[in-house]
Amino acid sequence: MTAVLCLQRLARREISASALLDYYLTAISSRNRELNAFLHVDETGARRQAQAIDHRRAKGERLGPLAGLPVAIKDNICTANIPTTCASRILKDYIPPYDAHVVNRLREADAVIVGKTNLDEFAMGSSTENSAFGPTRNPIDPTRIPGGSSGGSACAVAADFVPVSLGSDTGGSVRQPAALCGVVGLKPSYGRVSRYGLVAFGSSLDVVGTLTTDVADAALVLGVIAGPDPRDSTCLRESGEDYFATVEQPLTDLRVGVPREFFAAGLDSEVEQAVRTSLSIYERLGAKLVEISLPTSPHALAVYYLVATAEASGNLARYDGVHYGSRITGTNLLELYEKSRGAGFGAEVKRRIMLGTHALSSGYRDAYYLKALKVRRLIKADYDAAFQRCDVIAGPTSPTTAFALGERANDPLAMYLADIYTIGANLAGLPALSLPCGKSQAGLPIGFQLTAPVLQEERLLRAARMLERQLRAKP
Amino acid sequence: MSTLNREQVARIAHLARLELTPAELDGLTPQLDAIVDYVQRLSAVDTTDIEPLAHALDVIDAFREDEPVRSLAVEQALANSPGRRGPCFSVPAALE
Repeated sequence: MTAVLCLQRLARREISASALLDYYLTAISSRNRELNAFLHVDETGARRQAQAIDHRRAKGERLGPLAGLPVAIKDNICTANIPTTCASRILKDYIPPYDAHVVNRLREADAVIVGKTNLDEFAMGSSTENSAFGPTRNPIDPTRIPGGSSGGSACAVAADFVPVSLGSDTGGSVRQPAALCGVVGLKPSYGRVSRYGLVAFGSSLDVVGTLTTDVADAALVLGVIAGPDPRDSTCLRESGEDYFATVEQPLTDLRVGVPREFFAAGLDSEVEQAVRTSLSIYERLGAKLVEISLPTSPHALAVYYLVATAEASGNLARYDGVHYGSRITGTNLLELYEKSRGAGFGAEVKRRIMLGTHALSSGYRDAYYLKALKVRRLIKADYDAAFQRCDVIAGPTSPTTAFALGERANDPLAMYLADIYTIGANLAGLPALSLPCGKSQAGLPIGFQLTAPVLQEERLLRAARMLERQLRAKP
Repeated sequence: MSTLNREQVARIAHLARLELTPAELDGLTPQLDAIVDYVQRLSAVDTTDIEPLAHALDVIDAFREDEPVRSLAVEQALANSPGRRGPCFSVPAALE
């Protein structure tokens, strides 16, 4: 059921917020043990919120735009008095004293916070296998990964545990799991949504995004969470817009850019075919396809793994076993740091802290980190040039469909390649979205990615919605 | 071509304040070496006269009024601490 439909039925009093919550809690209790999408379900808190909303509705009080809508939150987004573990041993007992800005916004809109979803530890991964609390499984085929790092949030929507969840996207962590689970994943422009209370990974790349069953729901939720926040100095001062009010309006004279680099070697043929079918639907709708080039994009992955890890090595220095998180004591302070961090972090997090530390260390900084930042400017310039010739850029979200659990666990570079089409939008700060555009012969979902110029979320959502309506109208 | 050896990886671990077991060092050395080898492809990109881009958007410093707001109460700030003594975080001696 879409969020829009849930809210209509709630507003018409065809169902109460408590009964709607019960429906989803039943779904969670029947299948979460198998899928491991939720790390924590706040049943008591959620029931209390739902009852309060029902009570206020009965009294005729004015309610927020998401009144009674159950929402799940990725477990790297702080929730007051509800555990926030980042799927890490080092934060396994951490209970934040405050809500993230996006959680504030959801509560003000009268959404019901159901619980916290699984992820790759500190959002570092593309499969949700790097969780200290066990992997999440793909609800379409539980022998396969759901993508990552917001795998729990994508799985929760795909398995009908909640109509909406929040994730975070540093290199594709909302869009790639959305593609692999067959849901819609939206990554807003960098700075469009406050990062206050989002546990930092790569601060110049991180953004909170949404996972929903369709594009209209993404527009609805973005309208609630977007906008300025003085507590995040990189959050843009532009106010968010009412994306939901315009999302059903198709765009005329749309120019869809198709980057030739996104259809090169490494792209699965079934994925390519489904994406090309969607491109032809745009043509039928009157859009013009424009061949474009993003010549620096083959270097984006290398840039990403230097910039993101360099930023992570600094951001994760705060887990020192002193102020919060787990501690292993030593004979002196240095030992306490080294032992607490050595025992608290998992393998992928250690790998990335090490790479980032190396890239920033004396004698290597210019060759690695500064070089990566220069190539990052070239990547952004590629997009700027491309958007002179087109309005949105289209292509696959992920080069393959969902792979099997364990398949890439021992080969970090092969795992990193899962993000090859998504990281460009993070490096350039652009809004991007993945929507389901078909299935492979094995029945696995395929994602179609659209990218728009910075702050053009309205255009992005309208372009996505006009395609989605055609895709869903098909018999 | 190997660019990182076990000794260098151990030194990076020290810089990052990470205690690694010998088995972890053995595993990480070839993995990091392969990743560093991969990212070195950037050296082939001509970046003459290109300024580094640290932040995707051209935003200048964000200013706001310096108004006092309430911070966390001491008990809240200490609530997640793995070691405290009275109103303070406790740690082993940093100086001999």
